[in-house]
Amino acid sequence: MISLAEIEKVAVLARLLLTPAESQQMTEQLGKILEYMSLLNEVNTENVEPLAHAVELTNVFREDRVTPSLDREMALANAPHRDEECYRVPAVLGEV
Amino acid sequence: MSLSELTASQLLQQLREGRIKAVEVVAHSLRQIDQYDPTVGAFLRVNRDHAFAQAEEIDRRRSRGEKLGKLAGLPVAVKDNICTQGEPTTCASRMLKRFVPPYDATVIAKLKAADAIIVGKTNLDEFAMGGSTETSALGRTCNPWDVTRIPGGSSGGAAACVAARMVPLSVGSDTGGSIRQPAALCGVTGLKPTYGRVSRFGLVAFASSLDQIGPLAQTAEDCALLLEVLAGHDPKDATSIPQPVPPFSETVRQPLEGLRVGWVREHLGEGVSPSVLAAIQEAIKVFQSLGAKVEEVELPHARYAVATYYIIACSEASSNLARYDGVHYGYRTDEKAMLAELAEERRVLQQQGKSEALEDLDTALVRMYRKTRAEGFGAEVKRRIMLGTYALSAGYYDAYYLKALKVRRLIRQDYDKAFQKVHVIVGPVTPTPAFALGEKINDPLAMYLFDLFTVGTNLAGLPAISIPCGFSEDGMPIGLHLQAPPLEEETLLRAAHMFQQVTDWHRRRPPLLDRQAVAT
Repeated sequence: MISLAEIEKVAVLARLLLTPAESQQMTEQLGKILEYMSLLNEVNTENVEPLAHAVELTNVFREDRVTPSLDREMALANAPHRDEECYRVPAVLGEV
Repeated sequence: MSLSELTASQLLQQLREGRIKAVEVVAHSLRQIDQYDPTVGAFLRVNRDHAFAQAEEIDRRRSRGEKLGKLAGLPVAVKDNICTQGEPTTCASRMLKRFVPPYDATVIAKLKAADAIIVGKTNLDEFAMGGSTETSALGRTCNPWDVTRIPGGSSGGAAACVAARMVPLSVGSDTGGSIRQPAALCGVTGLKPTYGRVSRFGLVAFASSLDQIGPLAQTAEDCALLLEVLAGHDPKDATSIPQPVPPFSETVRQPLEGLRVGWVREHLGEGVSPSVLAAIQEAIKVFQSLGAKVEEVELPHARYAVATYYIIACSEASSNLARYDGVHYGYRTDEKAMLAELAEERRVLQQQGKSEALEDLDTALVRMYRKTRAEGFGAEVKRRIMLGTYALSAGYYDAYYLKALKVRRLIRQDYDKAFQKVHVIVGPVTPTPAFALGEKINDPLAMYLFDLFTVGTNLAGLPAISIPCGFSEDGMPIGLHLQAPPLEEETLLRAAHMFQQVTDWHRRRPPLLDRQAVAT
């Protein structure tokens, strides 16, 4: 249904880091779940429009007006790593 | 009569008439929490001092004859995935263990404006992903009716604290049954409103096309009271419906004339335990005795609801949870250890001359994301992120996600057709009463299949309510499910209230309360 290699690839896409044991378990569990989901193959969905939202509202617009928003200090207050005015992240370019 | 035997509506009446004070109500609520929560584990945090100060303030304002809000003086518990400004909102996850929201959810602002007293935040499955509250990373909640069993989930704390009479009112969220299922398993009343009826601004997103906030309480009358405060259009939530809020707390007491009740054959067949089946059949007879016309309706695609739901919910979850990156807020892995580990991996690969693997090696930033998420999320959340990422990935999108959206429309059409014949559809909320703690935690598919009666409601965006309708031989509560067309919460509440006027299942209390009350 789903291979170990696929699980490892999906983990990278999902930005997760799985231990070999987790990957193994994930392969088995997702395999079973996906097998169950193949139940949907017996439903004829030809000419059926997808339904993304139960209440199909159209786009909601507001006036394009400047209003106060979260100030910098409040926005930074929960940051795990910051300086005076920015979020800090590991070096993005070059060797570290 | 003890305060814990009074419903929210009765307490409110006594508060208004000056027969009790808000401080007494809050003191009683905190005493119940002190006495039973060490066993039950419904709360992640209790705001003792603040609750008292607020109650004193309400009593002062009342004595001065000031106009007070609709819930003035009533203690309310809030599920810990709803943002409270300045107070931690953890989603029962290591990821958000130290997160303190810079704003209130709209429902919190509404509760405050109604002078409700928020006594604390309740436990849930991590990010509301689960049906037993066992995936919480921050605490264990038990079923007050039998502490060896699950309270249900994901709003397990929200239901357990009402069942153990710690608070008269509780706010939960329901993505695939997370209000109704724990309400059923804990013997309380819980309502999932129409998608869009209540603002989700400030509700931590799990699956945005399905999530909805709603009330839990002892009775339908109390749910009406709380829903009236929570509901309403909110410009901050683009999916909220611009419709006026009916006066639920007034109309709930009006009986329905000519009620037509539908039932579905598959919901009363294979896989449903005999005690649940008997209780539901008995409940249908109660509606008949109240003058309702009962007939069979068909939901031919109901058997595909679980598969459809888990594809859509996990896909949306994988996208929503991408925001937990260790940068803006929440948990972040230890950076020194992470960089050292990465340097070591690089050194080994260089030594082995594996140039391809070397090129594929994570950058420091990507490894920070991955390690942060690996350490911050629990197993069920990771499973759903993986499932959703897979279902949305190139090559599988059409086969899983798009297919599920099409079946979703068929499920909705089934309901539309059924509701041409009947006003409400009744059935069980769960196939069995609460199972034992640990029983299904290592079998995700079995846990998912337990949701078969509730997920269809969310896929179709309908309102639904769970009300107590009996007990199993071993004394566990059973819930009756009533589903209605969009925006028909009034019908649900009135039908449920009629039922509760002639039954007393909702008045039964867990033996734990009487046992421990005698002991002290």
